[in-house]
Amino acid sequence: MLRFLVRRVLLGVLVLFLVVTLVFALFYLYPSDVARTLAGRQATPETIALIQARLGLDQPIYVQYGRFLWGLLHGNLGYDYYHQVPVTTIIAAALPKTLSIALGASVIWLVLGVLNGVVSAVRPRSVADRTLTVFSLFFYSLPTFVLGLTLLYFLYFKLTLAGVTFFPPGGYVNLADDPGTWFRSLILPWLTLALVQAALYTRLTRGSLIDVLGEDYIRTARSKGLGEQRITYRHGLRSALTPIVTQFGIDLGVLVGGVVVTESVFGIDGLGFEAVRAINDQNSPVIIGVVIVAAAAVVVANIVVDLLYAVLDPRVRLN
Amino acid sequence: MSEETLRTTEADEGREAETVDREGRLGQAAATAPGTGDAPARIQGRSPWRLAWERLRRDKVAMVSLGFIVLIVVFALLAPVMALITGHGVNQQFNDVGLTPEGLPKPPTGQFWFGTDDLGRDIFVRCAYGARISILVGVVATGFTIVVGVVLGLIAGYFGKIADTIISRIIDVVLAFPFLLFAIALVSIVGASLTVTIVVIAMFSWASVARIVRGQVLSIREREYIEAARSLGSGSTRIMFVDALPNVLAPIIVYATLLIPSVIVTEATLSFLGLGVPAPTATWGNMISEAQAGGLYQIAPWFLGFPSLLLLLLTLAFNLLGDGVRDAFDPRGDRMNQR
Repeated sequence: MLRFLVRRVLLGVLVLFLVVTLVFALFYLYPSDVARTLAGRQATPETIALIQARLGLDQPIYVQYGRFLWGLLHGNLGYDYYHQVPVTTIIAAALPKTLSIALGASVIWLVLGVLNGVVSAVRPRSVADRTLTVFSLFFYSLPTFVLGLTLLYFLYFKLTLAGVTFFPPGGYVNLADDPGTWFRSLILPWLTLALVQAALYTRLTRGSLIDVLGEDYIRTARSKGLGEQRITYRHGLRSALTPIVTQFGIDLGVLVGGVVVTESVFGIDGLGFEAVRAINDQNSPVIIGVVIVAAAAVVVANIVVDLLYAVLDPRVRLN
Repeated sequence: MSEETLRTTEADEGREAETVDREGRLGQAAATAPGTGDAPARIQGRSPWRLAWERLRRDKVAMVSLGFIVLIVVFALLAPVMALITGHGVNQQFNDVGLTPEGLPKPPTGQFWFGTDDLGRDIFVRCAYGARISILVGVVATGFTIVVGVVLGLIAGYFGKIADTIISRIIDVVLAFPFLLFAIALVSIVGASLTVTIVVIAMFSWASVARIVRGQVLSIREREYIEAARSLGSGSTRIMFVDALPNVLAPIIVYATLLIPSVIVTEATLSFLGLGVPAPTATWGNMISEAQAGGLYQIAPWFLGFPSLLLLLLTLAFNLLGDGVRDAFDPRGDRMNQR
């Protein structure tokens, strides 16, 4: 178990290191000429050179890389020249919003996906199963931004026209400021992100649970006289969950992407929104910062998921 | 034989799954232990490919999906013809007839079948041109992905040892990458274009293919026919591509069919975020993004609706076809529609 943990953490560190290096190399190879932009249009070459020296941009690449890594190790993600604030400030402001969307959506998609999958698997070919199958294929094929805009059109625009002003048009309210509005403003983003993914999990759970329910030990449990509920959830679902946990680990990267789209659709200025805006502004420090933070989040979450996997499935621990 | 089967199964849909299952199992049994009943004699002489195709042809959902995909491909190929018929160029702005006096988009009419967008352009013609991009990216990026994934997967699985270790680690790293964010970073530097979109998608998709191929090759590497090929003096390249590859092709084809829709959605997503194919090129993602700008879709739902619907239907069709292809190759797998 310990060896497993150490191996996972080492791989995680390697991935992070590669992400950081790649991102740094990308931006070094294609310099966006920060100094010239900062100096303004009438700057003399001397001024530009001075700014370059102040920012350390005249140093050789390995010195810049070393300083970049050193800064990272101290929690310094660089400076946003565009808005004149440290990148960490921008990320600290955006992170709670992104986490609110991502966590809420994951809970909805896991619960919805697994429960629907169980309903489908317990009675294959039933009306409920067929209906859920059609629905999940439909939502699985629905691009996130199409679903988001459709939800906005019907549940915000049409509903508001009809006199029901329940859903806000987008934007974000702090949880601490107004929990009610926070919740209402996040329902549509959550659904947008969750419904597409839930469809995949319904299909996964269904397939996995149908296989497990055909195993000998389930027959044994049944012959012992255990209730169907107990068999399905305690005996069946526990081992059926392992492929779902694996998939969840893989999907964390997808989740980050989905958050970018959802934030753009609903105008919530979280990490993804900041990243897209930073691109339009050619604001590389913020792009680098967001990519690194997101990569770190995915790596850490992946390790947690793998540990969870080992807890659920004893066979993993033995290897 | 296929004609007959087609008719009987259409008459009795309930038996369809059963027939397929039995044939699938017998098809395998025939390879190892021939002579169980009279069925093997009937099956002999049909390649697994033929069997899979015949199973697929009996899958009505898959065939309807395939028909729809062909329809969209024709729609895309005939895009210039659509422009000719309607008399509207793809980027032509009809400021007088294409917009209301207030300068807003017009709903679908006899003149503009899908309505107009915010610049008075014909959405129908733009949808046709957008289909070209979607299908082009879907096919080309998937093609690149498969080629790179297959070659690296074959090398890792066949040679093993150091090659396997290196390639497997790279696969792990690529799979752990937050794809969209890295795509954002890359596009922000090299600039958005069709080529960049395809390259970015392929760069991050090959790893899953390589992983599947590697696993398959690992399991067949020690088989007798590979050994036989080696003892006949075949080189590694020949063994990999001539002896091993055809035997791992089935999962690759299944994966490719399911990869196309996800690539199409990725392209549309990148375009929607302004990181894919740049405007004024008509792509479905671009159109949806333009419809979103300023909440325009609220007064002109057709502007959002038509490209969204096409995107949804094409993805759905590919996913349904992919399901059918998987069932055709592996009749014992998870059958969404028939189990």
